[in-house]
Amino acid sequence: MTEARRVAVVAGNRIPFARQDKTYRHSSNSDMLTAAINGLVDRAGLGGQEVGEVVAGAVLKHARDWNMVREVVLGSKLAATTPAYDIQQACGTGLEAAILVGNKIALGQIDAGIAGGVDTASDAPIAVNDRLRNILLDLNRAKSAQDRLKVLARVRPKDVVPEIPRNAEPRTRKSMGDHAALTALEWGITREAQDELTYRSHINLAKAYDRGFQQDLITPYLGLEKDQNLRPDTTLEKLAKLKPVFGKGETATMTAGNSTPLTDGASAVLLATDEWAAEHGLRPLAYLTHSQTAAVDYVKGAEGLLMAPAYAVPKMLARAGLTLQDFDYYEIHEAFASQVLATLKAWEDPIFCKERLGLDAPLGEIDRDKLNVNGSSLAAGHPFAATGGRILAALAKQLDENGGGRGLISICAAGGQGVVAILEK
Amino acid sequence: MTDRYQTFTRTPLGQTLVKNLGLPDPTPLPRWRAGDRVIDGPVVFGAIGETDAGKAIQALLRDVGAAFSTATEGVASSSIRPKALVFDATGASTTADLTSLQRFFSPVIRQLAAAGRVIVVGRTPELAQSAEQQVAQRALEGFTRSLGKEVKRGATVNLVYVAPDAHDQLDSTLRFFLSPKSAYVSGQVTRVGTGQLVSNDPAQPLAGQVALVTGAARGIGASIAEVLVRDGATVIGVDVAQNAEPLHKVMTRLGGTELLLDVTAVDAAQRIAAHAQEHHGGIDIVVHNAGITRDKRLANMRTDTWDAVLDVNLRAPEHITAHLVETGALRDGGSIIGVSSIAGIAGNNGQTNYATSKAGVIGLVQALAPKLAEKQVRINAVAPGFIETEMTAKVPFAIREVGRRINSMQQGGQPVDVAETIAWLADPASAGVTGNVVRVCGQSMLGA
Repeated sequence: MTEARRVAVVAGNRIPFARQDKTYRHSSNSDMLTAAINGLVDRAGLGGQEVGEVVAGAVLKHARDWNMVREVVLGSKLAATTPAYDIQQACGTGLEAAILVGNKIALGQIDAGIAGGVDTASDAPIAVNDRLRNILLDLNRAKSAQDRLKVLARVRPKDVVPEIPRNAEPRTRKSMGDHAALTALEWGITREAQDELTYRSHINLAKAYDRGFQQDLITPYLGLEKDQNLRPDTTLEKLAKLKPVFGKGETATMTAGNSTPLTDGASAVLLATDEWAAEHGLRPLAYLTHSQTAAVDYVKGAEGLLMAPAYAVPKMLARAGLTLQDFDYYEIHEAFASQVLATLKAWEDPIFCKERLGLDAPLGEIDRDKLNVNGSSLAAGHPFAATGGRILAALAKQLDENGGGRGLISICAAGGQGVVAILEK
Repeated sequence: MTDRYQTFTRTPLGQTLVKNLGLPDPTPLPRWRAGDRVIDGPVVFGAIGETDAGKAIQALLRDVGAAFSTATEGVASSSIRPKALVFDATGASTTADLTSLQRFFSPVIRQLAAAGRVIVVGRTPELAQSAEQQVAQRALEGFTRSLGKEVKRGATVNLVYVAPDAHDQLDSTLRFFLSPKSAYVSGQVTRVGTGQLVSNDPAQPLAGQVALVTGAARGIGASIAEVLVRDGATVIGVDVAQNAEPLHKVMTRLGGTELLLDVTAVDAAQRIAAHAQEHHGGIDIVVHNAGITRDKRLANMRTDTWDAVLDVNLRAPEHITAHLVETGALRDGGSIIGVSSIAGIAGNNGQTNYATSKAGVIGLVQALAPKLAEKQVRINAVAPGFIETEMTAKVPFAIREVGRRINSMQQGGQPVDVAETIAWLADPASAGVTGNVVRVCGQSMLGA
């Protein structure tokens, strides 16, 4: 085995994110991921070429899409000889895909690869309920017409009610928002602070569009050129008027504004070695140097569903020999404004850091001016598996534009998981 | 929640049916309201000889403005309907002296007013000077427990054992057992030992005290917070984030501070201590009220069901107590009150996990009382029986009816009954009261 090789983020592309049931309502996951990958292939000039591997995934996926990414590759501008596989780690899917591609590059197993993610909340996989499914399977097994009639006679009106996927944790039956609302309460995250973070997300993303930053990060799709959820003209006053959607009464703080909406979209990132990039006339934007996952026992362990990044980051920092303050940019995925704020507060809290993280001293504060400088999910939207690719590409470009530096990526995921990484240049 | 049966027995039709069919006829129990007297009616005092305890009792009766007469052999006159009968039995040094109990009580017991009070004060048997005295004193328990079942009409009978030289510690305990605050406490034995003499304002006994109440958002916890604040304390209300809204409402009304956390979290104790230091400078009273039930027969019990109950009901109080004591967040002279249950004493079908946790709370009290005494910190527990709450409202009808009636009061208790008992145990004037487990069960037949 050779020594680990540096993994460069060479290019990124995504389609603008659309709100649920709007512009992309008739687009499938495959359609959107193909569009994102084709845009990336065009930008990197890889038409008809083979890359080492394509790794991507979707959180909400139809059963028929069991080999979705390979099928997407076959329908894309990449050479049909490019291998591919699907992964799924809830909202961490996109970043985890990049980590997997990066690891193979680092080990010398491939020289370049594409990591991506896609999700649609509009073209959702609706399933027949378990009773009807069993009847239909029995029907399939029935040999004679008479047997088939017998099986069909078991169908009852209630069997036609389909099972629609819910944005809820299977073990607690609570929605992610309800979980986040509990964490917000425990950490005393105020409505004002959440609205303020939301406002900055919209303003920062709007500025990123205005200065042309998104130019080589986005390929328009179905006539959409910008993220549909972006409200460049939003104000703190407007945000303050929204009614809470999770919890009720005076203690409820989470609104449709400071929580990410359901969104459709796709993203892809090209990772490679320095040599491969040079051979293809491309240049590294930044390097993926460290990564870490963590999970919390939110079911019984008295920890918030979305608090896993708070555990993953210190583990990664210890391995990298860095402190929380050694970064020029922080990309903390805004699942909910309260999630970001609770994570930051936890890192500043001596009790949390000592008792839950086992650290002698708190990780401390970060410079808020370095946080999500080009906007994040509250403004852009959050098609679950596509968020990792959006953040990776934007941060890599930001580091490149800055002439170097170090950025932290933190993404919380369903099931009490967290995926975090460091980009450096 | 309301006891519909009891409401019905108060109607003319109900009265007729109850009388003719011999149905339970629960007497409505008066509860104490701010401004009420400790005892509203005449008191008859009896004794076996003159003792220091007897003097202290009479001084207290004078203090609370009770009209009292002394009698060694009861008061046969039918013109008096005593509200309370108080008997000083500390002078009983041999079993022969027990005759005085019969002589005093038999003539007068029938005249005891509705919701009356019987208090027998004895000498702590374990601290007796002779074997004969110990036997005589221990015998009192059988007397009071039986009388509790005889008195009916909402009357209570309690036994207070006082240690030698601890008669100056009787005040807060006698006030509690005389007053309507002890409406649902009967057949209990309380041991009062020596302690620092604290003379506080009985109207605001907890003035200046900071009280932590876990599970304060609703039910018994909210009632505890309310009574502690009424008695002058500042409250820190703790509950899980799911109960943020009710907790917020209760604490806003009571002027307390809120702390949302799960008591089973690894850093719960640290967070409580930090909150108390930051907002109040420390804690004087800790009420471990937070509790859950997850009923299953042991054969069907899952590990997580077992663990959840043990974690919340026992491990959390154990861990939080240890941390608050170690760090000094609980100030010297403080008071810890655990919430046990009669299930923890008697056991209950389908509650192995719950009863284990609640019996463990009694173990916590017994283990820590002598250790904490060095810091003048006291620890006691209440053991509620059937209390009318949202939790018991969910109990199936038939079981609920049985639970309500199988006690000397023939009715369920109210959350405030638990709260009042806790307020008495928390009172700094109860400095001699530690290591006690007081049932708030209307003298339930379970585990008695």
